Amino acid sequence: MSFLTLEPIRLLLYLVGVCAFVGANAAYLVLAERKGAGRIQRRPGPNEAGYAGLLQPVADGIKLLAKQIMVPPGTDALLFRAAPLMVMAPSLMCLAVIPFGANLVARDLNIGLLLVFSFGSINVMALMLGGWASRNKFAIISSARVVSQNVAYEIPMLLVVITMLMVTGTMNLNEIIHQQAGWFWNWNVFKVWVNPLMPVTFVIFFICMLAETNRAPFDMAEAESELVAGAFTEYGGMGFGVFFMAEYANIVVGCCLATILFLGGWQSPFGALSGVLGPLWFLLKMYALIFTVIWIRWTFPRTQFYSLLNLSWKILIPLSLFTLVLTGVMIKII
Amino acid sequence: MNAFPFSDYIVVGIFGLAVGTTLAGALIATLSTRIIRGVCGLMISCVGLAGLYYFLNSPFLALMEILIYVGAVCVTIVFGVMLSEPDEPPEIGKRHHAILWGGGAMLVCAAVFATAAHLGVRGNWPVSPVRVNDGSVKAIGTSLLTTYSMAFELISLVLLVAIVGALVVARFGRTKE
Repeated sequence: MSFLTLEPIRLLLYLVGVCAFVGANAAYLVLAERKGAGRIQRRPGPNEAGYAGLLQPVADGIKLLAKQIMVPPGTDALLFRAAPLMVMAPSLMCLAVIPFGANLVARDLNIGLLLVFSFGSINVMALMLGGWASRNKFAIISSARVVSQNVAYEIPMLLVVITMLMVTGTMNLNEIIHQQAGWFWNWNVFKVWVNPLMPVTFVIFFICMLAETNRAPFDMAEAESELVAGAFTEYGGMGFGVFFMAEYANIVVGCCLATILFLGGWQSPFGALSGVLGPLWFLLKMYALIFTVIWIRWTFPRTQFYSLLNLSWKILIPLSLFTLVLTGVMIKII
Repeated sequence: MNAFPFSDYIVVGIFGLAVGTTLAGALIATLSTRIIRGVCGLMISCVGLAGLYYFLNSPFLALMEILIYVGAVCVTIVFGVMLSEPDEPPEIGKRHHAILWGGGAMLVCAAVFATAAHLGVRGNWPVSPVRVNDGSVKAIGTSLLTTYSMAFELISLVLLVAIVGALVVARFGRTKE
């Protein structure tokens, strides 16, 4: 037992755990997505493989793994191969600081929030390089879109995070959760006495999270009806699979962050039972958010690129700036 | 911590990894002819540098290095390249006396590096290399707004000039039509 408590062993176990968590999530969120899409479009969704289609991810995984990874001639072969890894690795890194329970965190870093955002910013670069290395006009258009979209939505997102930093006064994710103890009206999203616009802040964060992870209605990077598959056009087999795993990993990270910042993380809604059951509450809230993400994807059509940028620059940024100033004023007054 | 076998070697190995990443990235950045690969090298180098900062016990600086240099600077460079550069670099003819030029540049670089290293190690620094504060966000904020407020304000002035310049350039391009 003492061997397990050693720091390097503990970190290694967490690494394995995080990889398994991301892999399982990627596999079964695809199924959840397809099932959800099916329900919303009044059809059953995948239901042949295993009971109610539960083995479908396994079949998909085997199919993807068995395919040869083609590197088309004329591409930048090195960058083409490196891009999926560069998308995947930072999102794994982000999960290192996410506290799933009071003591269930790989590295309780003082500046965990900053770590998530700094590694999250590598994602843009990697997607763009993947698109560029493919040497395909659709992929390059998609890379240009990824950058302008992510730059546009990073601003309101970071403004919201600064607002939350002013409210919480710490970047330690576990500390932020500790501050939201008690009944559910102590969660940051309901703290209207700190800032009356707190629910609006949450909605801004959620919208920006959708845009940052390139999810519909903001999936301009993929836009399969106009850009084939966007930055992933030339990828096949597991190269494509890793991109999708990374997309789902990013959604998981984003929803984790929304849960921690606004919904009280592993705190239970009634002030009790958040010790041992903490991870359960956390996962419950996180998957509720992920379900909302899926729900939005199949409910709203894809926006146009200009209205996407207009939404960010003309509505979200002024609004988040206003909440920032309002929070500052409220903190000063109270 | 020290109970773990070979912990010293692991620490040295991680340091070596950070240094190796930085150097390899720098070499890629300088030796590649394709500019996108050069930017990738820059990115790798910055990640290695962030590792070194983390190793030197300042995680805040390490994360800032990644957030700003990888997340913002490299993305901006690549974006600029994608908008402007033709795909293939034009063939450059060999310069006369290339070896002489290269040797000269190498000499100058070596001299600069040796001077900087000597200054860094042996120089008579007015501020001794001790930790002035705990390196937390609060301490950094306090020192930015008190001791180093001049530098902080100057940086904001530079940014303002850059924004105004960008606006002027954009305006100029638009009315020229």
